[in-house]
Amino acid sequence: MTELSSPCVNFSETSFDEFLETRREPAWLLSLRRAAWQTYCDGDWPTRSDEEWMRTDLRSFRLERFAPPMAGGGSLRVDGLLSRNVELAGNVASADGSLVEQHLADEVRQQGVLFGDWESMLEEHGDLLRPYLEKPLVESSYDKFASLHAAYWTGGRVLYVPRGIVIKQPLHSISAMGDGKTDLGRTLVILEEGAEATLLTETASSDESATGFHCGCTEIYVGPRARLRFVNLQNWGLGVWHFSQQRVRVGRDASLQWTTATLGARLSQVNQHVVLAEPGAESQVNGVLFTEGKQHATCNSLQHHAATDCRSDFLYKSALQDTSRTVWRGMIKVDQCAQRTDGYQRNDNLLLSTRARADSIPGLEIEADDVRCTHGSTSGRVDEELIFYLQCRGFTRKEAIRTVVTGFFQQIFDRITIESVREAMSNAIARRVRDYE
Amino acid sequence: MADVLKIENLHVHVEGKPILRGVNLKLVRGETHALMGPNGSGKSTLGLAIMGHPKYEVVEGAITLNGEDLLERSPDERARSGVFMAFQRPVAIPGVKMADFLRHAATNVRNPDRKEGAELMPMRDFRRELKARMSELKMDVEFARRYVNDGFSGGEMKRAEILQLAMLQPKFAILDETDSGLDADAVRLASESIAEIGGKEMGLLIITHHDKLLEHNPPEFTHVMLGGRIVETGSRELADELHNLGYDRIRATYPDDEVENRTLLDKEKAGV
Repeated sequence: MTELSSPCVNFSETSFDEFLETRREPAWLLSLRRAAWQTYCDGDWPTRSDEEWMRTDLRSFRLERFAPPMAGGGSLRVDGLLSRNVELAGNVASADGSLVEQHLADEVRQQGVLFGDWESMLEEHGDLLRPYLEKPLVESSYDKFASLHAAYWTGGRVLYVPRGIVIKQPLHSISAMGDGKTDLGRTLVILEEGAEATLLTETASSDESATGFHCGCTEIYVGPRARLRFVNLQNWGLGVWHFSQQRVRVGRDASLQWTTATLGARLSQVNQHVVLAEPGAESQVNGVLFTEGKQHATCNSLQHHAATDCRSDFLYKSALQDTSRTVWRGMIKVDQCAQRTDGYQRNDNLLLSTRARADSIPGLEIEADDVRCTHGSTSGRVDEELIFYLQCRGFTRKEAIRTVVTGFFQQIFDRITIESVREAMSNAIARRVRDYE
Repeated sequence: MADVLKIENLHVHVEGKPILRGVNLKLVRGETHALMGPNGSGKSTLGLAIMGHPKYEVVEGAITLNGEDLLERSPDERARSGVFMAFQRPVAIPGVKMADFLRHAATNVRNPDRKEGAELMPMRDFRRELKARMSELKMDVEFARRYVNDGFSGGEMKRAEILQLAMLQPKFAILDETDSGLDADAVRLASESIAEIGGKEMGLLIITHHDKLLEHNPPEFTHVMLGGRIVETGSRELADELHNLGYDRIRATYPDDEVENRTLLDKEKAGV
């Protein structure tokens, strides 16, 4: 941690002032950034005595190797996995934190839907967005990465769907990053009462082994009776450092279906919190992790029941190859007022090598008395009897392992209602599975 | 020349312990052989050793297909050479649909040189064929959408094994108690099915305790295993005798093998 504590020229007082000068943003936003920078300067980097970082090794992370993203910096175009074979209502693509292209179907735009990069959105709809930035779901003081993000964030996308508007076709957004670059993207999604939308977001690097630094934030508001299907795929190069704060607030009788996949990055540290804020809210979170080499992926998940009659369903499945490691710390928190809560969480891990390691730490924190909460986790290796059986039917050993791994994830794929997404994820995983030791 | 599967002086160890002690058997394609014997005599072990189960170590002897060494080949290569076993206890493969599994299996077995990742057989052709086979076996089409053996009843599992046999049309098939765990109607259906899907075109090695399966698939040869050896080979009448009178005569005639069989059975029971 000594390296992290030492002064960093790229993210310094001077460079921050220079950064602010390049921002063509309203004064209120610049002052939010300054406040966050102060929080950043005052804060300490997380250490292994912090619960969320206990199993994460940051020793080889060097902030000074990365520079704040420059406006108009990136031009890299990468084809997304999630946008294949699907007709999209809109698309926003960025590279190294700068907009590359954006598009929104006219008929959707005419309904008052906003979908685009921050720059144009702030320019035209600053008043709408201001309260969400002033009172964010992710506090800039959450940890030092969160403060860094709040001070320096650039790029990302905003989706706003007005009351009662239903967008049938999915919207898509990709963040691409070149080797050694930085992405401090921010995602804001607002669905007003009764609105419906599907948003597919993904990340990609210039190549499979690319390095880079992502420190991002996703904030989602699902209004009363609104329905959001949200898919996010983290598919950075295997040298990327990925730090992400993700929050969703689900309103009265609203529903969220969130599918998240972690395939890339050398280190991925994600905080994924869903707050069921009003009575009758529902959330389903499906997580897919596939790690290999020396990858490390930590997910701290929270299902927070803050109102009565809410349901949360959380299922994470990881398959681990080589010496990779996953850590899942899951919590169901039920407030005293949140009677008739129905909470479920489960994490299954499939170890594809004897040297891989998966830690599952489920947790319950219940203050109400009329609740139903269940949790569980399993970890195991691929059963040799399954491989033998498949081989007896002509599958090569490698095909057999791939089949077993794909089958392991099928329970999650079965829940993904968008066929193209299901196929993209299944193929992306199958491609990576090698022979089993 | 008919295809020949030949097992010569086969000795197999499991976790260092001898299970098979010199098995000789010659199957010619088109013949049906019944393999009988009390529990623990090594019948399933023989089947699994022929398929190349990694836990079954061949310490002596040979298995050849048309003179070519099968022991050198991996289980999938053996399957692609045309050797099949219907498992006594098939394993469940959660998340893998029967249809996808069968399409991949049929593609590989029919194109032994197929490279990984190469196209599977056309979906239309496959579906048509699968539908026809399932209808012959009086199976509901819904079956194809279920996960392989996952939550199947004992009877469903056995029928799924027969469906695989029908789709893969091997040269040689070992049927390991494909009739056990079934009610009388199901046994009759299974027996008829095996005959119908071309059992006569294959070389069949039928491991069974029942007579129904053999009634529909009459064996030219009956082999009796005891203590890891084939102690007697006879005709159809031998199977009838064993079925009607049990193994008392066999046990009395081959006391040394009987001792060996008891030892093996005790070990099996003790979970060794």
